[in-house]
Amino acid sequence: MSRISTSFDKLKAEGRKALIPYVTAGDPAPEVTVKLLHAMVAAGADVIELGVPFSDPMADGPVIQLACERALTHNTCLLDVLAMVAEFRQDDADTPIVLMGYLNPIEVLGYQRFAEEAEKAGVDGVLIVDLPPEESTEFNQQMRKHAIDTIYLIAPTTEESRVKYVCDHGSGYLYYVSVKGVTGSASLDVASVSEKLSIVRKYTNLPLGVGFGIKDAESAAAVSQVADGVIVGSVLVNKIAELVKDQGRIPEDVSAIIKDMRNAMDS
Amino acid sequence: MPTNIDLKALSQLPDSKGHFGPYGGRFVSETLMAALQQLEETYEKLWRDPAFQEEFDTDLAHYVGRPSPLYHAKHLSEKVGGAQIYLKREDLNHTGAHKVNNTIGQALLAKYTGKPRVIAETGAGQHGVATATVAARLGLECQVYMGAEDVQRQALNVYRMKLLGAEVISVESGTRTLKDAMNEAMRDWVTNVDDTFYIIGTAAGPHPYPKLVRDFQCVIGREARNQCLSQTGRLPDALVACVGGGSNAIGLFHPFIEDAEVKMYGVEAGGYGVETGQHAAPLSAGHPGVLHGNRTYLMSDDAGQIIGTHSVSAGLDYPGVGPEHAYLKDTGRATYVDATDDEAMDAFRALTRIEGIMPAIESSHAVAYAMKLAKEMDQDQIIVVNLSGRGDKDIHTVAQIDGINI
Repeated sequence: MSRISTSFDKLKAEGRKALIPYVTAGDPAPEVTVKLLHAMVAAGADVIELGVPFSDPMADGPVIQLACERALTHNTCLLDVLAMVAEFRQDDADTPIVLMGYLNPIEVLGYQRFAEEAEKAGVDGVLIVDLPPEESTEFNQQMRKHAIDTIYLIAPTTEESRVKYVCDHGSGYLYYVSVKGVTGSASLDVASVSEKLSIVRKYTNLPLGVGFGIKDAESAAAVSQVADGVIVGSVLVNKIAELVKDQGRIPEDVSAIIKDMRNAMDS
Repeated sequence: MPTNIDLKALSQLPDSKGHFGPYGGRFVSETLMAALQQLEETYEKLWRDPAFQEEFDTDLAHYVGRPSPLYHAKHLSEKVGGAQIYLKREDLNHTGAHKVNNTIGQALLAKYTGKPRVIAETGAGQHGVATATVAARLGLECQVYMGAEDVQRQALNVYRMKLLGAEVISVESGTRTLKDAMNEAMRDWVTNVDDTFYIIGTAAGPHPYPKLVRDFQCVIGREARNQCLSQTGRLPDALVACVGGGSNAIGLFHPFIEDAEVKMYGVEAGGYGVETGQHAAPLSAGHPGVLHGNRTYLMSDDAGQIIGTHSVSAGLDYPGVGPEHAYLKDTGRATYVDATDDEAMDAFRALTRIEGIMPAIESSHAVAYAMKLAKEMDQDQIIVVNLSGRGDKDIHTVAQIDGINI
């Protein structure tokens, strides 16, 4: 059984919801990332989405675009990110790590080599923003061969007729994009999210994570009432951006935000 | 050209998923999938609808001024010595380039789908102007994304767009050129997908854009084919067109795909020279990857990051290329070459002085290669060059190169 399903099963048994923070690997410098990942786990993160920096992050708002730019000033590449995961795994055998990013770095490395290296590093899932299930046959085969989950997005614009199709291709969990827009944009509306999730649940037993538009402990708690997982990114990356000149504080200050969210979700 | 390819099958691509061999496809975030599906259905229905076709053809005739002439550039041909060079005069279209063929078509799609707002990305500003023009005419709200560097080097077109009522949004992210404008337009579309039609300017992007842009631009090749037959009694020996994203080139090439004897040359921007790495020639020096919704040849580094491009012409300054060109390259049906900044500028001056026709710097790349190619051919052979745009917009750039402040 994969680390992702083990984590969600354990949370379910405890009556809790998953808190899933996103940070961009190598932001603002490569040496920060692994420390930050451990600190986030200690603060209550259940699954980590680790962003692979890309030069042209089309689905991201300015906050994560700038995170990519900071990471790329140190040329943090896909293989570097895998090395960070391997280093993290030395001290944490349980917390699932999902790589999140765009297809081109993986295309250039090659699907097979990526799958082998990712498995070796201890990656549990992959979410590629610009790879819808229609284009993913070969990629999914490689991922399945190496026991890596493929996480797909469902959007407010995804029609019910398509929801089943997307669900059938996903594994690990599904990521519901709560607003039309880029990361870090508008605030979400819990009622409409809840309505959409009930449609998705007709077609899958996979856990449902909700991301985009979760800005604070209050919205995290509200979403955790209706979803299995709460995905939070831009607010953490914003904090990292504030601390570019004081990098030593990043693990602690980012963790403080996660702790607040964790407490609000569990209370 | 390999003899074993089925040209009829090649000309009928893409397949139902938008693939040209391994290229093309629909690589976008989930939020846009429904809009692209809807666009595909609308397009397939309307493209077969005689009423839509008639409206499109009428606009091309009376608003754009088609057919554009096929002009025998005798003086240039004589001067070069070799094949006869014919110019397909897309520069004479309303708004000054081939871009308007496509924006007319897409604006009609926007109208039929009831979207009140259109957005576009632009490099040289020609597509932005063509979009602003049709938006003004149809009363659509229009915002155009343009890289900050291009806003500077194409100030004239920026002001034209403003006069036409469009808002030009200067994009400061990344390399501040066409690719970043396209990123920003995609971000806008994903946010405003309910009421916004994205008018993509080139035969690239997610399916169905490469197909529908090609179909709207194919009027170039259909006319050129008929004009060449009626003026000379035969088909041309070679076609030459510049390739940035590749919409003018595919518009010229596609109606000739099944004419095996007609050679096709796409001319990429060689910048300071392909060997310097400072260029915009993904087909000549890049490798396959995925960007902006399609799999195609790209300029990216070993880690898959998109790398900065250089070209004297803003319209060719793009790290990708339309997926159909990628497949025409792999199949050998078309050949892709490059012309450097200097070669393009020499061709700009030559055509201006010898024929009294001032080409866009983009189109000057095609003229440069055609002049080279003509020398190697016989005097009774024919080259058709797509003169995709006029050079008025480039006067400041040319003056700057000459060290003159106007």
